[in-house]
Amino acid sequence: MRISMMIQVRFFASLREQIGVADKQLGVSGEMTVAQVWQQATGLSDIPANVLMAVNMNYVDADQPVAEGDEVAFFPPVTGG
Amino acid sequence: MHIEIINQVFDPYARLQDYQSTLSTAARQFGASNVFVGTMRDFNQGDQVQHMTLEHYPGMTEKELERIASEARQQWHILDGLILHRVGMIAPADSIVLVAIWSLHRLDAFEACRYIMEALKSRAPFWKKETLATGERWVDKNTAGFK
Repeated sequence: MRISMMIQVRFFASLREQIGVADKQLGVSGEMTVAQVWQQATGLSDIPANVLMAVNMNYVDADQPVAEGDEVAFFPPVTGG
Repeated sequence: MHIEIINQVFDPYARLQDYQSTLSTAARQFGASNVFVGTMRDFNQGDQVQHMTLEHYPGMTEKELERIASEARQQWHILDGLILHRVGMIAPADSIVLVAIWSLHRLDAFEACRYIMEALKSRAPFWKKETLATGERWVDKNTAGFK
């Protein structure tokens, strides 16, 4: 695989504990969606239904494409307030 | 509108009074202010909670709260607002969140404050982990705010 861009992947809260890592640099090739970033970063298949996703700190859907230097975050339902 | 993430115990009413004393001349025309304060309980889902750790996503939290505030400004007439939220280690009876809105009339104050609070609960990236006598557990979701 030819690596054409680097992205930053982040996991928070219970998801970070399940995956076992908070931050990960990922080298990816060509066009990629958030769903594919999840697969490559975790080695798991589909994103669980309750997991929320953000690219550069904006909520997105799993089919959102990512670009060089993006920060992609995965986290469980939020429980603040 | 001032938005702040706080990493230590705070007194919401002292902060409210301080902030109100700094309102602009225009904002001092307020005829209504509405305040919501959320406090940590020592009991949840039938268990005694000793303390709680609140994690957040620095950067996105502020960004999402700004977005929520801006949505509220588009829907209601808001003279000024204050949003404070605790993170870190929290003890029972500590304040967790303050949302205050100053408006000309009560409808805007009530509704904008409610909107911001409900949006914060469902969108702002904060997560609570409770410490019980038997160990730790993540709070898995927030309860619905509307009946």
